[in-house]
Amino acid sequence: MTTVQTTFNRRHLLGIRDLEPGEIIHLLDTAETFRDVSKREIKKVPALRGRTVINLFFESSTRTRTSFEIAAKRLSADAVNVSVSTSSVTKGETLLDTARNLEAMAPDCIVIRHSMAGAPQHLARMCNAPIVNAGDGSHEHPTQALLDALTIREYKGRIEGLKVAIVGDILHSRVARSNIYLLTKLGAKVSVGGPGTLAPDEFVGIVDDGLTVERHFEDAIEGANVVMILRIQRERQDAAFFPSMREYAVHYGLQPRHLERAAPDAIVMHPGPMNRGVEISSEIADGSRSLILDQVTNGVAVRMAVLYLLAGGSHTATNTNGKSNASMRKPRRERKG
Amino acid sequence: MDFIEKARIMDGPRINRALARLSSEVVEENHGAGDLFLVGIRRRGVPLAERMAAKIADLEGYRPPVGVLDITLYRDDLSTVGAKPVVNRTDLPGDIENRNIVLIDDVLYTGRTIRAALDQLIDFGRPRRVQLAVLVDRGKEHRELPIQADYIGKLVPTKKSEIIKVMLQEFDEEEGVVIVERPSETA
Repeated sequence: MTTVQTTFNRRHLLGIRDLEPGEIIHLLDTAETFRDVSKREIKKVPALRGRTVINLFFESSTRTRTSFEIAAKRLSADAVNVSVSTSSVTKGETLLDTARNLEAMAPDCIVIRHSMAGAPQHLARMCNAPIVNAGDGSHEHPTQALLDALTIREYKGRIEGLKVAIVGDILHSRVARSNIYLLTKLGAKVSVGGPGTLAPDEFVGIVDDGLTVERHFEDAIEGANVVMILRIQRERQDAAFFPSMREYAVHYGLQPRHLERAAPDAIVMHPGPMNRGVEISSEIADGSRSLILDQVTNGVAVRMAVLYLLAGGSHTATNTNGKSNASMRKPRRERKG
Repeated sequence: MDFIEKARIMDGPRINRALARLSSEVVEENHGAGDLFLVGIRRRGVPLAERMAAKIADLEGYRPPVGVLDITLYRDDLSTVGAKPVVNRTDLPGDIENRNIVLIDDVLYTGRTIRAALDQLIDFGRPRRVQLAVLVDRGKEHRELPIQADYIGKLVPTKKSEIIKVMLQEFDEEEGVVIVERPSETA
């Protein structure tokens, strides 16, 4: 039981940075309930029957897109996937025009992934439908941070007071940013580690408190309860940040011996897709501490919670400023039947 | 919001006696406790189901399993309620296939909660029979669906403006059932 007021009445999920701790806890608690649905024989509840969720992906994705699609379907919503290679974007349509055209088909939620930071925020300002950020450039990936937190809570029972190491390509990682915001908001200590080009010292300033930057990733791992390993985001690197993949693997590839410095019961996570033999050795990826597949399972539960909370209510009222109209609604008593 | 308490219709001992009678009716109707499976509807149906299971154990020497249903995701007013209701866990220990299910709730009013519970139950399997036990039935004239209870603790005809408040030690400071009314509201 927590003493924080937990509710979530937002219209969009654009990032973790401006969420209150109570809102994060409410999302995680709701996700925990939805985890059960995927364990049932009939993995479906009627909560979003008749609702439409559009997955608008401008970047490649297997896990996240499938996860959102399955989440929508398990809530009985209709999921429509638009991927950029088959869309009108290739014919020169702007992001906003694409979104407005999709919106004209009356979806109840648009999930967007885009290589440009701020694309979801832009759509949230200009469109009426609830927007979920499924990753925007190097900025944020809120549902990934939520599923990571759900996984940590499942295995550690709490977030507060834990030490979490995030190692690898921090600079280009939206996963790192969202996780740093979330974990420090809930009272964990985060230390990031990687080569100076990929984990610059200035990074420490993105949150007020709770974050340290270590040059040697063994130092970041020291005493950690959770070790998160990040992929080298070659698609976002526009310069030479390290001499070669081989050299990176030698100095920053996580090997079993590195984990000796972590807490004895440390768990290992990776948001995927992983490059075996580069940032993570197969021994660790497939080892007993690895929760990589649990993260994927929890991803569906988190996205069910997000879609339920955003696309579940009535938001079809005239509302063009993108603000929540929750205040106009009368809170309603639980009704007994 | 302040409610005006209009009448106290049950106290602790009275609730206990009503549950004792309901439990023995359930056992009689189902020829024992062997195939029984009690399912409490959140929130106050859950402690009522636990108490009935204990009473059935006293009568028959066998405690039927008790499950918990949270009907939030099956509500028919999800798209119209403002703030999204908190979703709690549904937990049915064991297979409901071919069991005699007794759904248990505190108050039967419009019947919509029970409709949602039935839909959810069917998603978990095919029980042989589903019956309904309630502590308080507010009367048939309020029903919005063709649903009636098989076992009724107390029939309390009420006005629409009235609210039945069931208080149980598990959630409230006291035990009892009262009729309250909103002061501003007119019937």
